[in-house]
Amino acid sequence: MNASSTQTLLIQGGHVIDPGRINGIADVLIEQGKIAAVGANLTAQGKGKNGSVQIIDARHKLVLPGFVDLHVHFREPGFEYKETIKSGTAAAAAGGFTSVCCMPNTQPVNDSQAITEFILEKARIAGNARVYPVGAITKGSEGKELAEIGDLRRAGCVAISDDGQPVMNSLVMRRAMEYALAFDLPVIDHCEDLHLSEGGCMNEGVVSTQLGLQGVPAAAEDVMVSRNLALAELTGARLHLAHLSTAGSVRLVREAKARGIRVTAEACPHHFTLTEEAVRGFNTLAKMNPPLRAWDDVQAIKEGLRDGTIDVIATDHAPHATQEKLQDFAAAPNGIVGLETALSLTLVLVEEGVLTLESAVAKLTSAPARAFSLNAGTLASGVDADVVIVDPQETWEIDPARFRSKSRNTPFAGWKVKGRVHATLLGGRIVYESSEAC
Amino acid sequence: MSLKQKDLTGIASLSAEEIMQILETADSFKEVSGREIKKVPALRGKTVVNLFFEPSTRTRTSFELAAKRLSADVINFSPSNSSVVKGETLLDTARNIEAMQADIIVLRHSSAGAAETLARGVKSSVINAGDGWHEHPTQALLDLFTLREKKLEFRGLRVAIVGDVAHSRVARSNIYALTTLGADVRVVGPPTMMPACIERLGVKTFYDLDQGLQDVDVIMMLRLQLERQGRALFPTIREYSRLYGLTTERLKIAKPGALVMHPGPINRGVEIAPEIADGFSSVILDQVTNGVAVRMAVLYLLSGAGN
Repeated sequence: MNASSTQTLLIQGGHVIDPGRINGIADVLIEQGKIAAVGANLTAQGKGKNGSVQIIDARHKLVLPGFVDLHVHFREPGFEYKETIKSGTAAAAAGGFTSVCCMPNTQPVNDSQAITEFILEKARIAGNARVYPVGAITKGSEGKELAEIGDLRRAGCVAISDDGQPVMNSLVMRRAMEYALAFDLPVIDHCEDLHLSEGGCMNEGVVSTQLGLQGVPAAAEDVMVSRNLALAELTGARLHLAHLSTAGSVRLVREAKARGIRVTAEACPHHFTLTEEAVRGFNTLAKMNPPLRAWDDVQAIKEGLRDGTIDVIATDHAPHATQEKLQDFAAAPNGIVGLETALSLTLVLVEEGVLTLESAVAKLTSAPARAFSLNAGTLASGVDADVVIVDPQETWEIDPARFRSKSRNTPFAGWKVKGRVHATLLGGRIVYESSEAC
Repeated sequence: MSLKQKDLTGIASLSAEEIMQILETADSFKEVSGREIKKVPALRGKTVVNLFFEPSTRTRTSFELAAKRLSADVINFSPSNSSVVKGETLLDTARNIEAMQADIIVLRHSSAGAAETLARGVKSSVINAGDGWHEHPTQALLDLFTLREKKLEFRGLRVAIVGDVAHSRVARSNIYALTTLGADVRVVGPPTMMPACIERLGVKTFYDLDQGLQDVDVIMMLRLQLERQGRALFPTIREYSRLYGLTTERLKIAKPGALVMHPGPINRGVEIAPEIADGFSSVILDQVTNGVAVRMAVLYLLSGAGN
């Protein structure tokens, strides 16, 4: 997809974590854009094309597989004022993500081979990250007729989803799951009962009552998680549940996994970092869907991440223009950008003892790659050299003005966080370096 | 004398002392409305803009009268004749008004939080004249003023708020105001009209009107907002009226001499029987009269004219 570097690179002395395979001080040798070897005291032996070897000193740094994000919105085609594939992948690289799955809710919706090919072509030209399109489940994401899922698959889609327009008709969802089985494609659902959530703009609870905002009950998510699990059991399909936000969802998925249902689940950094309290003052930067929930839900999400019920950390990177978020709360669009803050917020879970460093890395790399069968998220010999070098100790202040994303909509502006991407390599090519790096 | 804050966006941010300060200031302004020449020069040279995105006759008129009796210049601005329909954001509209040196913007908007959003974005003082289901602070203040005028003590006062609490900014502002002043507040209505966790706001909930009216000193009836609801929160108006309409019989359950309030406009025969609305228990028209005095007090205190 992206031109690889022919340069030989040797990343020396870093703490290498390749989940389930390596966790310790090691060197990483990259040749012809691929991982050549990972081990102690490697030498490059002048194998480079010109005999030159670029040495990267990674002492006191983490050397990890490039992160994999199963859930981003790059807004192109249709909403290029919010984000383009170029700016979105630049944000990905800055956040350490080398593989991203972009949702189909563009204009037009990605329900055809042509749109999928357009996205892949834009991504190839940008060259900042590998982009894996997610195709629509139904034509126009209208929830009525199946999209040409076989064509989407052939064109390069790695999963199907109607995203923010969840398939409400259970029969249509059943058929989609059955049909997707033919291609072994994961079916993603944004679990929301649109009748229960209608008109709602934040979590239903004491804060929505105090603010006089219409709430979305946790049950709006739980009901659909439950339906989807039943359909996954019925059809045997690969089900992936997007951005779980409620304690009920976590409980349902835990029980389903115990019974052997094929399901994977993701959680977003904002859902394990913030509660509905962030909405006070009618803060539109805390408006997202699913909404920020109550404290108990946040604890349940963390427990789900800890015990493996939730496999994946995904960002739901959702750029919106500043003026859109300046509207009154009910009118403002849902979502926040997440690619450039995800790592630091995930490392908080390590500080808190919720996750080990290795399991945190797994939820950003190997686990998402496995969920969508992507050949990514590992440092195994022979794979594309997608690598992120992280300074785990660097503290920094989140400043949206410095984002690579076109949009600035984050509730984390001004937060002092720890752990920062030092450099990102895509196919052995440096696609991002923090200003102090190298 | 003035308020510490630039704006009045809600009762939730007011202390008991601040509420009492507004009511005491309103006392002196009520006298003005009884004069032959109903005018004082307190806000001469100040500009008050009524920015109403939702239709309202009584609140806008009340604010307009209040501002005029204080000798302010008043402009009424409503979306039908403004650029709002052309896609201008609320904040841009307000900044344009501010650029014309408006001292106070009185905002009515269908979205909760609109007043707070506006207050953060402009230097002018902002008075919330109702934002979605969030707050309607001057309504609660005029209700308090009316109760106080009837010589009622707030501490321990038992008040029932009856009706669609979930979708009522009047209910929220009154709950905040009355609980801050130590009243014993209960809400009465069908569960479909009770917002989540309402008891965390310090009130008791009753689904049965007869039980809810036991020993209450004050009954605040809410308007059944037929025009606002896209969903049936109750099967029929007939059944709602039978279960939650205030009748002469039911009024007897409350304490003798209990007062009946309503923020208007009333649905006669739906939430309140006509003979109660017009009867001796009703203070509905006192509320309207007092609205002007209370709004004069709020305009005066926020203008800093007393400094």
